[in-house]
Amino acid sequence: MPQNEHIELHRKRHGYRLDHHERKRKKESREVHERSHKARKMIGLKAKLYHKQRHAEKIQMKKTIKMHEQRKSKQKDDDKTPEGAVPAYLLDREGQSRAKVLSNMIKQKRKEKAGKWEVPLPKVRAQGETEVLKVIRTGKRQKKAWKRMVTKVCFVGDGFTRKPPKYERFIRPMGLRFKKAHVTHPELKATFCLPILGVKKNPSSSLYTTLGVITKGTVIWGKYAQVTNNPENDGCINAVLLV
Amino acid sequence: MDEERVLIQLQDESGEVLGSPFDVPLDISPDKLQLVCNALLQKEEPVPFLFFVKDAEVVSSLGSCVQTLGLETEQVLPVVYQPQAVFRVRAVARCTSSLEGHTEAVISVAFSPTGKYLASGSGDTTVRFWDLSTETPHHTARGHTHWVLSIAWSPDGKKLASGCKNSQIFLWDPITGSQIGKTLTGHTKWITWLCWEPLHLNPECRYLASTSKDCSIRIWDTVLGRCDKILTGHTQSVTCVKWGGDGLLYTSSQDRTIKVWRAKDGVQCRTLQGHAHWVNTLALSTDYVLRTGAFEPATATINPQDLTGSLEEIKEKALKRYNSVRGEGHERLVSGSDDFTMFLWNPAEEKKPVARLTGHQALVNEVLFSPDTRLIASASFDKSIKIWDGKTGKYLTSLRGHVGPVYQVAWSADSRLLVSGSSDSTLKVWDIKKGKLNADLPGHADEVFAVDWSPDGQRVASGGKDKCLRIWRK
Repeated sequence: MPQNEHIELHRKRHGYRLDHHERKRKKESREVHERSHKARKMIGLKAKLYHKQRHAEKIQMKKTIKMHEQRKSKQKDDDKTPEGAVPAYLLDREGQSRAKVLSNMIKQKRKEKAGKWEVPLPKVRAQGETEVLKVIRTGKRQKKAWKRMVTKVCFVGDGFTRKPPKYERFIRPMGLRFKKAHVTHPELKATFCLPILGVKKNPSSSLYTTLGVITKGTVIWGKYAQVTNNPENDGCINAVLLV
Repeated sequence: MDEERVLIQLQDESGEVLGSPFDVPLDISPDKLQLVCNALLQKEEPVPFLFFVKDAEVVSSLGSCVQTLGLETEQVLPVVYQPQAVFRVRAVARCTSSLEGHTEAVISVAFSPTGKYLASGSGDTTVRFWDLSTETPHHTARGHTHWVLSIAWSPDGKKLASGCKNSQIFLWDPITGSQIGKTLTGHTKWITWLCWEPLHLNPECRYLASTSKDCSIRIWDTVLGRCDKILTGHTQSVTCVKWGGDGLLYTSSQDRTIKVWRAKDGVQCRTLQGHAHWVNTLALSTDYVLRTGAFEPATATINPQDLTGSLEEIKEKALKRYNSVRGEGHERLVSGSDDFTMFLWNPAEEKKPVARLTGHQALVNEVLFSPDTRLIASASFDKSIKIWDGKTGKYLTSLRGHVGPVYQVAWSADSRLLVSGSSDSTLKVWDIKKGKLNADLPGHADEVFAVDWSPDGQRVASGGKDKCLRIWRK
């Protein structure tokens, strides 16, 4: 492996060899044969690993070929009318039967108790401490580093009073405190600006839940809505109602 | 002992008095009151009446009514009389035929305004016409490329419009089964509802309104085969449109509003707000008379006939019938929604609803005024049908019996019977006067999607997921 760029430098200054492109082409076409030769002649652990790798490559290749072939013969399906005709008043509905609805309700209640929800954003990037909390240095010589300031949007309740500044470990700046959120109802596609009642769960850590930090994926109270944006970047909280 | 006598004053529904007060014995029965009323009104044929004292019906005798209400007998008692339909529609009891032919679920069923023809639209993209006298297939109209979602007869019974999921509208001739004119294209998503212009506004039946999921309403000129006006304004799918007899169009939409438009120039007059979820259905008090046009159900014969007479005569008849049903006030509108409630509106006059009809425990799928506009029936997914007063919106009674969501209801032409079809595959006929089930009509193998009662009162047709169309008679 070249350690520096002397090859490129040479090419820039003097150009390619006269037969360079021809040799390259031929080498590439020989590669196929050399690979199969290797696959046949290798033995031992090395061979096992190589075969495994090659098998995976072959499967992938077959899949892409099939996909390309499928695209050519797609037109026939469009002519047939799909089954399951329903009248106009049933068209926009999913048609759940009533028995299912009842058991679904029970299941939802159980889940709520356990603290798990079917949320629109299930996997959210967990945010580490260094991202959410900023170290604040205090002391005459700015050496003490036990205070932390929250850098994300947070929610504090109505009756919130700060602890005495000497003992305050977590600082939540007033500029980053929010009381209202824009909640969207997923079916009606209507958005309402509603006051937040509380932070139910922050997926990154339970510490953030107790602090009231609101990041993407947090479930906030009221009627349980999940935050869908990064509030610290946008300046507002957008959430989707969990129904 | 002298029997007690009381002074009564007969008045009609709008408050106009009939004759002067006169005294009658307290135990007079409704039949005798009827005789008196008929004599005072000097009608040639006796008309049956219902009598009400302060909204309580006089059932057995005037005396019992007064006692229960606790009214004084010293003052003059106002007794309101309501004329009932002269003819009686007999309840249907048996399935006379099960018409196979469709290869997919039957989605919509409609009788022509005179009751002569029957048309059904289905998921197999055809519209089929059925001969009612022999109860066999008459024509199969092919042309659509997707499910036929809604069908509508023109008020003169000469044309049928059908809209499909591929947003095309076709016009068919029921006699030959072939297409009239061009295919009307223009909508970008599926057609949810079709409604013709009323007969008394235009006896040629030229204009047709269609609504679609693409949030617009189009008025088509069926003679020229092109779109006349496009009404936009809704922000979500438009679910229902009704062309009122006064030249106003009412549309309901999933964006929770109902908009009132002027049909002549397509200008929006009002937006009626109040619902909290999709508005599924609309019903006008004059719906039935607009649908039947110049055909009078009382003059129906055993063999349904076509409308006769020139355009002018037909227009006159339709206008007369419309005015008599409409009465003094304007048309009333009732809307049913997914938020489990309905609103009663007076859309020509105010933006605020007259009443909010709550009580259902699941979404309301269809609402219908009775043909005499006195009652409102609402079918809901909570398996019940509720009856409400047509003028004030007061709750009257609940009809329970179905075990699955009730999809559609249809009134009989005399407003005494109601048939309902539900997803539990049965149809039920209800007697409104008693508030009870009259007949249970099982027979379908799967959900019943559409029901219709013929305007001459003889037959009920129902179609459903089991691909067959059933006709029921007495």
